[in-house]
Parts: sequence; structure tokens; C-alpha cells
Amino acid sequence: PALGLFLFTIARDPLRIIILIAGAFFWLVSLLLSSLIWFIAVKASDPQDEPLQKGLLIFGVMFSVLLQEAFRFLYYKLLRKAIEGLVALSEDGCSPISIQQMAYVAGVGFGLMSGAFSMINLLADALGPGTVGIHGDSQLYFLTSAFMTMVLIFLHTFWGILFFHGCEHRRWWEIAAVVVMHLAVSGSTFCNPLYVGSLVPSYLLMAAAAAWAYSLSGGSTQNLRRFLLCK
Amino acid sequence: MITFMNNSDSEEEPCNERTSLMSAESPPVPSYQDGLQASEAGEAQAHRKRRTGGSRNPNNITDGETPGTGVPVRESTSENEEEELTLKYGAKHVIMLFVPVTLCMIVVVATIKSVRFYTEKNGQLIYTPFSEDTPSVGQRLLNSVLNTIIMISVIVVMTVFLVLLYKYRCYKFIHGWLILSSLMLLFLFTYIYLGEVLKTYNVAMDYPTLFLVIWNFGAVGMICIHWKGPLQLQQAYLIMISALMALVFIKYLPEWSAWVILGAISIYDLMAVLCPKGPLRMLVETAQERNEPIFPALIYSSAMIWTVGMAKPDTASRGPSQQTWDAAEDGRENHRSPSRAASQMSETSPAPTRAVTSLEELEEEERGVKLGLGDFIFYSVLVGKAAATASGDWNTTLACFVAILIGLCLTLLLLAVFKKALPALPISITFGLVFYFSTDNLVRPFMDTLASHQLYI
Repeated sequence: PALGLFLFTIARDPLRIIILIAGAFFWLVSLLLSSLIWFIAVKASDPQDEPLQKGLLIFGVMFSVLLQEAFRFLYYKLLRKAIEGLVALSEDGCSPISIQQMAYVAGVGFGLMSGAFSMINLLADALGPGTVGIHGDSQLYFLTSAFMTMVLIFLHTFWGILFFHGCEHRRWWEIAAVVVMHLAVSGSTFCNPLYVGSLVPSYLLMAAAAAWAYSLSGGSTQNLRRFLLCK
Repeated sequence: MITFMNNSDSEEEPCNERTSLMSAESPPVPSYQDGLQASEAGEAQAHRKRRTGGSRNPNNITDGETPGTGVPVRESTSENEEEELTLKYGAKHVIMLFVPVTLCMIVVVATIKSVRFYTEKNGQLIYTPFSEDTPSVGQRLLNSVLNTIIMISVIVVMTVFLVLLYKYRCYKFIHGWLILSSLMLLFLFTYIYLGEVLKTYNVAMDYPTLFLVIWNFGAVGMICIHWKGPLQLQQAYLIMISALMALVFIKYLPEWSAWVILGAISIYDLMAVLCPKGPLRMLVETAQERNEPIFPALIYSSAMIWTVGMAKPDTASRGPSQQTWDAAEDGRENHRSPSRAASQMSETSPAPTRAVTSLEELEEEERGVKLGLGDFIFYSVLVGKAAATASGDWNTTLACFVAILIGLCLTLLLLAVFKKALPALPISITFGLVFYFSTDNLVRPFMDTLASHQLYI
């Protein structure tokens, strides 16, 4: 689905592609920094101690989430500046791309990158021989991973919109809500392999975020109905 | 890169020389901005003065630039318009460069992942005589540094040689050299590549078929690259060539040497282009003085470039504007980065075929951005090496890919700001290297642990 989003909405406009790649880049950098922190923490601690390792992992995850959001904010700042530049330089005084579109594209960028990083090794291994869950792990590993990744990509997209909107209108609570949601989703994955604990809340959150983002972008139930009935 | 038969048995060397030399060779004609200014000037003239023949000379054009032309107002407006146009077309051009670079990388990565041949170590080039199979780390490091020094010095020598040739107008020699290299590249390497791919997929092919296929491929390639041909076909060939070259590099360069060489080449590129005495820069300037188009065959261009004499009878009705467009077009060779150019010149097919196709098309594709083929090659080498040797597999490859694209973006941005030929390698390669090493060592364990617990961040 993410690829479909990309193809249909982003591939047309070169500016959007650049923003997408830059978004992916920012996510990557945040990942890099967070893994650096985690790595240092692990090296500095005792590798034999299991609970400690788990604790460190959790800490790493939380930290990474926070860093991601921080980088989203930085990216927002950068895009603001870019928009001002574009507006100043365009002929008719308005920017070729609106901040909302940028928010959307940035969200997709983040999402794609995170999804890619989560899934791609899995996919590569899936091509090879083997049985899923042979060591007593869940047999639904691949399936759930795929769903989880998809929900995460969508969530990133929506969070991008919400986040930028919050920054635009200076509604700090929106930003805080995004961060909290992200933390919640990541936290829920700690329940894995008890999948019901992670997938279901994530999907619910995604639906909520989708509705919120939709309403922020100017949609309404009327629009939706008209769209669905093809009027 | 270049496959240039230099009575050396290693295939790559010539390429190296070539690329580094060539990239510089092709006079970057006016840089991006100049091109813009040229077209600006063209437009302005067409509108105001109907001065035909406009500025044929790319470099001196830009009305905006020549001081004391007595038209200060025009100067400022044209500058403004230029900037606007720059940025407006900026995104489009970036994408026009993204696509081929991405394609090249995809081809290289796909081949590396599937064909075993390119990851086996079957020996080294003569240009990297020191082996890396030494027991101690220090020794290995020393060997790789020595390899790099040798490689870089060979490249420098070749570059200087080429610049001298160009300066003393030994065009025939250069042409012959280029043709020979591209010949070898197109035929020999393709043969090896095809052989390996067929081996991997266990497809049988008899010699006559093989001969036919390779002959056709090579012949069309030669024509397309050195003479005339549809733009897309030419671009496709250039991408193929770069990919082949990159694959050869990946196979024959020992590991550490490859990384050190990548770093060293980007430094060299930086120096060669920006220092006043750098060979590449001299090449650029010489070509600009002589008002000649950059050596095609080593540059990838994203749009058609017209050479002189484009005006054709059927556009007579458009008379004056046509000519200004012509001039503007000529001026429009924005050479981006004189980094390596592999043997092909992307001399977009000269006039005749295009004249028939409309002027509108010409007007549309005014500005193309050019990138040296060596850049393609080294980007692909970086990503290919990441795919081949990284244990984190796809993550690392993906990270390097994004890093290189971002570097390219930044470089193009700088080009728009500075308006002269810039080296394309340093920024992208630096990002790529940084990301490769950090992803391989830092991110991979993190992601692996996350994945094993199925945690998501």
C-alpha cells in the first residue's frame, strides 16, 4: 500500500520526490543516532545480564521514538524555510507546494524508510528456504510483521500531517499527542508475540489518527460520502 | 572508467583515467546558471530586440553577467528571473538525475546479489598490486593505502595527459582513444557479463546467438553514444556502461582498498575541480575558452544538447527566435560535474534528427543537467560494495542509496547557488561512506535485536 501511495501521489511531482527522499534521510539519521546510543549503552553494560539487556532495549526503543519525533520537528523547520524560499522565488507569489502536501510527503518518507528497514531483511530471508517459527516462536511471524509494518507506515504518514499541523498552528497538545501515540504503539509491540496486544491497539490508533488527519486536511463526512458514492 | 586499452591488461585502469580525466574534459560549458542566463538572455532578446544569432558563446553570454553593459536594470531583472528559473527547474533536473543514478544502482545491486561471479575474488588488477590477504591489520591497512596511492597517481597521470592532449588539440587522438575504450567496454565486458548471468540462471545459449546479440548490442551502442541516436537509448546505454564498469570495479578491487580509494577519489575530485591549477578545471576552462562542447561520451546529459547548426529551413518562419534559442541551447550545456566520465559521451545527437522535431521541444528541454559518467560509476561502486560485503544486507544498501541521493541533491543545490562546474563526488561519497560504516556497525545490531523480538520503533 505504501508503494501505491508513492506511485500515485508522489511520483508525479519532482519536488515531492525530493521531499520524500529527504524525509527518509532524516529518519535514517535519527535511527543512526538512536542506535549509536543503544550501542554505547550495550557495550558499557554486561552482555550476560538478560533482563538488563531487555531493559536496555526498551530504553533504546523509547529513546529512538523520541529522537524520531525530534527529527520530524527539525524536518518541519527545514521545510518551513524551504517554503519561504520557494514562495519568494515563484512567479505568482504562492508556493508550488503547500505545507500540508509537504506534511503528507514527509510522513510518507518517514514511513517508507521505517517500513523498509523493518521489513526488507525479513523479505529477503523469506525468499529462502526454511520454516517459520521452528523454534517455538509464533508461526505467524511474517504475517504479523507485514501487518505491523503497514500500520506503522500509515501511522507515520498520519503523524506527519498531524505534527506539521500542530506546529503550524502552534497547538502543542497535538504534537504531544503524536509523540504519545508513537510511544504507545512502540510500547505495544513489547507485548509481542502476544499479537493481539500489539496489532489491535495499533490499528485502532491508526484509525483514530486517520480520522483526525482527514478532518484536519479539510475533509468531512460529506466529502467522504460524495467520494464513496462517486458523485 | 573507461575502458581504454592502454596496453595494460587490467581493464579498469583505463577506465579510471578516463573517467577522471574526462569528466574534467568535458568543458562544463556554462554551468547550470550560465545556461539559465543564456536562455534568459535569449528570451530577453527575442522579446525585445530580435537580435538574431544571439549569444552563441555560452560563457560570455549571460547579459546578466557582463558588467558595464550599460543595462543595469536588465541585469538585475535577468538575474532575478534566472534565479527563479533555476529553482523552478531545479527540482525537475534533480529528478532527471535521480532516475538514471537509481537505475544504475539497481542494476548493480541486482547483479551483485544474484550473480556469484562478481563477489568472488579472482585476482586483482595490476593497478592494485598489494594484496590484502595479510595476517595483520596494520599490514592490510598499509597495503590498501599503497594501492590507493598507486591508483590515484595513475588517474592523475592520465588526467594530466588527457588535458595536455586537449590543450594541444590532438582531437583525433582523443577521439580514437574514446572509441577504442567504448568498443572494448561494450563488447568485452558485455560478453563477460552476459556469460556470467547466463551461467547463474543456467540458461544455455549457443555461440552464434551470443555473437548476434552482442554484436547488435555493441554496434547500436557505439552508434548511439558516439554519433546520433534517440536520447533515451543513449541514456540507457550510458547507464549500462556505467553499471558494467562499476561491477568490474567491485569485483577486482580488494575490500579495504575500495573504501580508501573511494575516499581518495572524492578528495581528488574536489581538488581537481576547484583548485585553479587542477587538471579538470583547466580542461573546463580551456573548453570554455574555445567555446566547444564538452567531450561527449563521458557525460550523461539529461536533455538534448544541440550543437551548432541546428537551425533548419523548416523553422525559417520562426527565424530570429529560433536562432536565439539555438544559441541559448548551445549555451545550455550545464556541465555539472567534471568527475569521471566514462568513455561515452553523451553528446546528444546533433541537429539533424532533432530539427525536424519541433522547436517546442527544444524550448521545453532547454536546460539539461549533466553528470559525468564516472560519478555514476563510483556511486554504483559504493552501493554495490555495500550490497556485496555488508552483513546487514539490505538495510545498509538502502541507507547508502538514500545517502547518495541526498548528496546528489545537495550538490545540485550548490550548483544552482554557485553556478559553475562542481565536483559531484565528494558530498555524496562522504555521506555514503559515513552511512555505510555507521549502518553496518551501529544500526545493524540494533535492528537485528529489534527484529528478533519483533519490536517496532
